[in-house]
Amino acid sequence: MSEEKESIETTEKQASADKKPAATKEVDLPAFEKGIADKIVAKFGEKTKVAFVKPDRVRINVDKEDVHAVAEFIRDELNFDHAESVSGVDYPQDKEIEVVYHLGSYTDASLARQVLVLATRAPREENPIPGNDGTKLPSLRDIFYSVEFFEREVFEMLGVYFNGHPDNRRLLLPEDWADLPPLRKDFAIKGR
Amino acid sequence: MLKDLITPENANVFVGKLGDILEKAIDKPLGYAINWGRIWSLWPVHIETACCSVEFGAASSPRYDVERFGIIEAFGSLRQCDLIVVQGTITRKMAPRLRLVYDQMPEPKYVIAMGACAITGGLYFDSYNVLPGIDGVIPVDVYVPGCPPRPETLIQGCMLLQEKIKRMKARKFV
Amino acid sequence: MTAELPPGLALQKVDERIMTLNVGPQHPGSGHMRIIVQIDGDYIVACDPDPGYVHRGEEKMAEYRNYITNIPHLERPVIHDSCNILYPYVLGVEELLGIEVPERAKYIRVIASELNRCIYTMYWLAIYGIFLGHSTMFMWPAGDRELLIDLMEKMSGARVTHAHFVPGGVRNDLPPNFEDVCLRQVNYFEKRIKEYAAIFYDNPILIARTEKTGILSRQDAIRLGTTGSVLRASGVDYDLRKKEPYDVYDELDFQTNVLKEGDSYARSKVPWLDMMESCRIIRHALEKMPKSGSVRVKLKPNPKGGDDSVYKRVESGRGSLGCYIVSDKKPEPYRVKLSVGSFRNLIALPYLLKGEKLGNMPSVYWSLNYWPVEADR
Repeated sequence: MSEEKESIETTEKQASADKKPAATKEVDLPAFEKGIADKIVAKFGEKTKVAFVKPDRVRINVDKEDVHAVAEFIRDELNFDHAESVSGVDYPQDKEIEVVYHLGSYTDASLARQVLVLATRAPREENPIPGNDGTKLPSLRDIFYSVEFFEREVFEMLGVYFNGHPDNRRLLLPEDWADLPPLRKDFAIKGR
Repeated sequence: MLKDLITPENANVFVGKLGDILEKAIDKPLGYAINWGRIWSLWPVHIETACCSVEFGAASSPRYDVERFGIIEAFGSLRQCDLIVVQGTITRKMAPRLRLVYDQMPEPKYVIAMGACAITGGLYFDSYNVLPGIDGVIPVDVYVPGCPPRPETLIQGCMLLQEKIKRMKARKFV
Repeated sequence: MTAELPPGLALQKVDERIMTLNVGPQHPGSGHMRIIVQIDGDYIVACDPDPGYVHRGEEKMAEYRNYITNIPHLERPVIHDSCNILYPYVLGVEELLGIEVPERAKYIRVIASELNRCIYTMYWLAIYGIFLGHSTMFMWPAGDRELLIDLMEKMSGARVTHAHFVPGGVRNDLPPNFEDVCLRQVNYFEKRIKEYAAIFYDNPILIARTEKTGILSRQDAIRLGTTGSVLRASGVDYDLRKKEPYDVYDELDFQTNVLKEGDSYARSKVPWLDMMESCRIIRHALEKMPKSGSVRVKLKPNPKGGDDSVYKRVESGRGSLGCYIVSDKKPEPYRVKLSVGSFRNLIALPYLLKGEKLGNMPSVYWSLNYWPVEADR
């Protein structure tokens, strides 16, 4: 239990987790979701960190080197078959950009309510050149086809390049966009 | 006797008065008739941009029925339209295309800016991708405020445009 | 040519038979969305959707406004279905702030959500009529939805953009005689939409144009991650109101409509069947609603969440709509992400249009229940 507490990511409920004593924390966790989290931790051990286990939501934080293997395990063994959403969140104080995949399942009846949240982080650079700097992540498109347009949107909005994506170009912004990627925190809206 | 009246000195005055009589007899009624034809058959281009398009669609519905004013959305090409109702937010990506659509329409053409976003950028005035009003791209005749304007407001805007057209010169030459 | 090309230009190899066509941003029918198709004679070889012409930057602007002033913003992507697009945001904020909503407010929310679903679907059917050149199919739904818009106007004060849901319940209670008027109008509405079978769904021209075109098989619908009526028309029984019930949907009785063919005809039929279920839900909810009670929990000004994140999803008119909110300890959210049904269904468009005739493109494109403004946010 102490190892699980240490490995919780800084941005995720650390304050409240430290306050709760270990005994009630164990009783409060919902059983089915804990089963899902345990299967992943059993297979991958140290590489994954379970951030939280809430009713219907389980969150796993993974490094970018392992995210491809973990996603393949999730698809093959745990029967999650599509991605509900892919979002990018910018953390300039950690110098990282987090990409969060929400995965759901249509085929497995026991997983109809569950959404598995898979999060990885990419290093963030001060002066981004989208596509040609160090902010790169492996693309999960060969595992989950449904992330194709979502990953393109994360690329143009945050500058995260996805290695292995067949068609990684901009989707929503104008063709002549030459400014910073808009969803970064240092892109300021005029007048605010 | 006519020959005695028209001397070389007052021939131009005579021609001027003849021109006045002709203008009152033919040009004003002709202009009135042409404008009358234009007012009662304003066909808008189908350019359903964003939110306000829902209220424009409701204005064409049986309850508000803008077709009784002659405003039928011509579902074909825009080469047969003379009104462009810019319904909603125009983004920076769309602005060159809006200008292209406006240029492709034949003269005479009129523009109604519908909704707060088309007038000044509206709720999205500080967004990175939104034009603060379409005045810089195309010349606007009537502004219809609202977010979104009710269909009755849009119909009032069309009637204001009709008043404006009645007062315009019908023909460009002379 | 052996001469040097000027900077910024590149040579592109062009096939003799294949022509690139811009089904450009300005269409006679839908909102702004460009589809670049490459056609060989009459058949589409490749297709590249180009959304983003109505991209207004909702997600960036949500970070500059606090939780309550975000509400008029986040409802604008689909203004006539505004309750459904606010629903996951409001549920998420309530979970972040730890608020429990009163019972009467939950029923009012369910009724408003179902009314909005019908209003949206009617407008979508009206535009479907325009796409196919069936102008009666524009006039009938556009006229009949005014009945429901009247009900929403009585409830919230505005025809569209209701802004009626707030974290903590709904803004105002229902007006005094609302239940009788609502019941009467919903009964009449249900009779009217059954008549659409005669002009639209049994129309041999519609059947000839949309049957067996754009067939999406069950495995592909799951693999592409489609949602909503597109998914249910391909044989997958998944409706969030049944699978992950929110508010009081688990106490109301309705069924999910699933068709097996997966072609454009099935995709155009499922929302119509869903509207009849919505009428049943509204009637049942009106019976079960508590007759009095508070409808709103008062919040302190400038509510702040903790360091937390939440993902809530709701079944809207287009499919499952998810909202991912990350909060830090400020009154503004750190990140709001809307995962909308139209954007998720867009991936089926290049997949379905390969090999289709160019004339079938409007019916396949619009049958994916795509609302351009929402997909661009």
